[in-house]
Amino acid sequence: MTLLTAVKVKHYFGGLCAVSDFNLQLHYGDLMGIIGPNGAGKTTIFNLITGVYRASEGSIRLRNTELVGKTPHQITALRVGRTFQNIRLFRDLSVLDNVRIAHYAQADYSPLEALLHIGRYRREEQRIIENSQRLLAIFKLEHLAGETAKNLPYGLQRRLEIARALAIGPELLLLDEPAAGMNPNEIDLLMEFIQWIRTEFKLTILLIEHQMKLVMGICERITVLDFGETLVEGPPEVIQNHPKVLEAYLGEGPVG
Amino acid sequence: MSESIVYWLQQTLNALQLGSIYALIALGYTMVYGILTMINFAHGDVFMVGAFFCFIAAVYLGLPFLPTLLLTMAGAALLGVLIERLAYKPLRNAPRVSAIITALGLGLFLENFTLALAPYPKHIPALLENVTWDLGGVSVSSLQIIIICLSLGLMFLLDYVVHRTPVGMAMRAISWDKTFVPLMGVPVDLIISVTFAIGAGLAGAAGTMYALAYPVIDPYMGIMVGWKAFISAVVGGIGNIRGAMIGAFILGGVEIMVTAFFPSTYRDFVAFSLLLLLIVIRPYGILGKPRTQKV
Amino acid sequence: MSALLRSGWEWFIAQRWLMMVFLIIGFVLAFAIPEYNLLNKYVQLVMMYVGINIILTVSLNLVNGYMGEFSLAHAGFMAVGAYTAALLTQKVLPIAAHPWLFPLAVLMGGLVAAVLGLIVAVPSFKVRGDYLAIITLAFLMIVKSVIENIDYIGGPRGIPGIKKLTTLPWVFFWVVVTVWVVRNFVYSKYGRGVLSIREDEIASDLMSVNTRRVKFMAFMVSSFFAGIAGGLFAHLLQFISPRVFDIIKTTDVLIMVYLGGIASIGGSILGATAYTVLLELLRPSTVAAMLAWLPAMVFDPLNEYVISHLGVWRMVIMPLLLVLVMLYWPRGIMGLREFRWFVPKRDMEAHHCLNKPTGGSHDAADGR
Ligand SMILES: Nc1ncnc2c1ncn2[C@@H]1O[C@H](COP(=O)(O)OP(=O)(O)O)[C@@H](O)[C@H]1O
Ligand SMILES: [Mg+2]
Repeated sequence: MTLLTAVKVKHYFGGLCAVSDFNLQLHYGDLMGIIGPNGAGKTTIFNLITGVYRASEGSIRLRNTELVGKTPHQITALRVGRTFQNIRLFRDLSVLDNVRIAHYAQADYSPLEALLHIGRYRREEQRIIENSQRLLAIFKLEHLAGETAKNLPYGLQRRLEIARALAIGPELLLLDEPAAGMNPNEIDLLMEFIQWIRTEFKLTILLIEHQMKLVMGICERITVLDFGETLVEGPPEVIQNHPKVLEAYLGEGPVG
Repeated sequence: MSESIVYWLQQTLNALQLGSIYALIALGYTMVYGILTMINFAHGDVFMVGAFFCFIAAVYLGLPFLPTLLLTMAGAALLGVLIERLAYKPLRNAPRVSAIITALGLGLFLENFTLALAPYPKHIPALLENVTWDLGGVSVSSLQIIIICLSLGLMFLLDYVVHRTPVGMAMRAISWDKTFVPLMGVPVDLIISVTFAIGAGLAGAAGTMYALAYPVIDPYMGIMVGWKAFISAVVGGIGNIRGAMIGAFILGGVEIMVTAFFPSTYRDFVAFSLLLLLIVIRPYGILGKPRTQKV
Repeated sequence: MSALLRSGWEWFIAQRWLMMVFLIIGFVLAFAIPEYNLLNKYVQLVMMYVGINIILTVSLNLVNGYMGEFSLAHAGFMAVGAYTAALLTQKVLPIAAHPWLFPLAVLMGGLVAAVLGLIVAVPSFKVRGDYLAIITLAFLMIVKSVIENIDYIGGPRGIPGIKKLTTLPWVFFWVVVTVWVVRNFVYSKYGRGVLSIREDEIASDLMSVNTRRVKFMAFMVSSFFAGIAGGLFAHLLQFISPRVFDIIKTTDVLIMVYLGGIASIGGSILGATAYTVLLELLRPSTVAAMLAWLPAMVFDPLNEYVISHLGVWRMVIMPLLLVLVMLYWPRGIMGLREFRWFVPKRDMEAHHCLNKPTGGSHDAADGR
């Protein structure tokens, strides 16, 4: 069963064509990687899927819903969670609030109930707190619930960002360079962790990564992007030795 | 010439006069914004203090026009630098609103301090002999000519300084990038102070000219004129020096035309409605560039 | 000793039920003070202004502090509320026969202001920061000039002779309502949405926050209470004109917000009270009355050279004070911190179940 399909997606920034012809089919439970040199348009694709930008052409469908034209919060409410290449936490808010905010769409109470703290407000708030604490506990952040997000060390901030994305209750999780800034040891842990949350939360994961070790290690399929175009797609073994890929990477100099 | 053309020419001249004063002040807003991305809300009051410096120089020191102008500009520049050093510099890394609030507070302080020293509106004596010529029905006063020419002169000078001199290059570099330029040996603090000095000096010049054109001055005169100049800067695209000049002449024109055809109480209404309209259509101003945020 | 004081304070702060007690005492006092003239008329008047300023400050803090926008429109909303309420009591409602209609007039003022708040919220979808500041300023100026150009409501001359219907109990009532509703709003998913917009609007949208709806609500609640304050203000001052609601009025409220601290209801109450009371204390008559116990040989010269000039100089001192606060205390007295009694118990416990207090946003702060 397909969860996400992108067909002939194109995107321009002014005159610059950041994504020229992107195609993708993602099945429930897949773990797919997107690789490609810097500036290839990988992050832009995440932004197109989540509605930050509106695709200039083409179609992106989640289950049976067209995503092009929807706003980010509408798409997110369709259970798409994501993290960012450069961490974008709510820096001055507490760790707990960072996770609670992501429950916005699920919190089932009206403005009036919120202004008067009546009706479903109490029950829902209680549920949100419990779910947030459960997530924080899974990510071993529960003792930091009251800490301001910006005071967390870098690694924990990355972790909190994933926890926050999971608070959406996603079926599709988009991870933008989750291993950035990590040492080989931490990458090993992250690989294990990604596989664990994948089964635990029944996720379909699409991840962008430069660290070949991670991509080749856990992704079942990999899409190589160059100049906004899908170069090749296939399992890691195929990608690793594909002449086009080597050319794209060697032509670009070191990966980074 | 026909009646209506004469009338239009006359109004255009008035608009140019008002526009040049707005432009001189708008430049200060836009320069400071360009370099610090901060709205210096006290700037309108620097203009007001400039008008009072002009009063002091003209009445107490009995100076003629040119020394008065230069003294006023120097005094305003000094005030600008003082404000920057004492109030804004310590806040450069604080949350942005702190600086804005400080600026608002400083503006109030300047207004009320001036009010405490000069409780009644002051009258500025005529520093220049004002000759009025009649050019085919359009009356042109020498004062108008001087104001317009002097303002334009100062603007061209500034444009030259910003685009052709090392100091100007440093200014543009800092407004372009705040992380790496300081590492390349650009004396950031000095350049920021120079920016404030130039902006305030121009406001001082505007104060002098305003005082000559509309010779009754009071401590609250800077509020409205300041806001109008600020709108000019925004209309032109804040941070953009040429934009500020264009915006000022547009606003001056609009205001003069509105008062020419409607009751004068509609002036602010039309000016601010136009501003709203422009922001909705072109939020980054006429010459400004849209700033996109990368995700 | 100080440890003892500290633990005593901790204990005191933990007794949330005391809030109800204080509330009841407050209401009783609000009725008793004017009834039995427990305090002189001037002090009562100042108390009412403090109350109105608290309403203004708390409501502006919602947009400027919690949401991190820079709105200058507050005096405009206040004007709309004031004019609506005053017109209702002066021309429409039979107030003379039914003084209890007054709250209805005030409420209507708030509602009309709230509708206008919705309109101001629309540009905030597209622009932020400085540009939004300008739009709100333009809104304020437009409101002012529209009022100036309508003769029916007095044009530039305004409305004189408004009945004095604002009383201490009413002010107290509206202060309580404002604080309660704004606090409820802040500690709900919408309030957290407001905070997340301040932090990072795009990320907020990507975390499922309906940013438009949240902005609508924040502006609406904020302008509603500004309108309420306007109605109370009009029926206290008994005279309104467009000039009363100019940019200086907004600046006053801004000062109170940032003095007290952004994103803090307790801070706003503190800021509004401190600013209003300080301004009053610096009045020549007040200072003279306070120092009257001095021997004449000290008092007379002091009075002649200093006190009698305070009328102007207090307006010089106050902004200077603000600048000093900003320089040494850039977030205001209680910026990003909250008085514990205002934080719902559920939120407190969730933040503290497993660790000691830290500097987090919803973190407890002692009232100082
Ligand atoms: N908001 C934007 N405005 C203009 N150009 C952009 C924007 N975002 C990305 N780009 C450009 O689009 C191209 C692809 O960027 P991106 O998707 O971030 O690449 P990457 O594959 O490294 O994630 C780059 O050339 C980048 O400069
Ligand atoms: Mg990227």
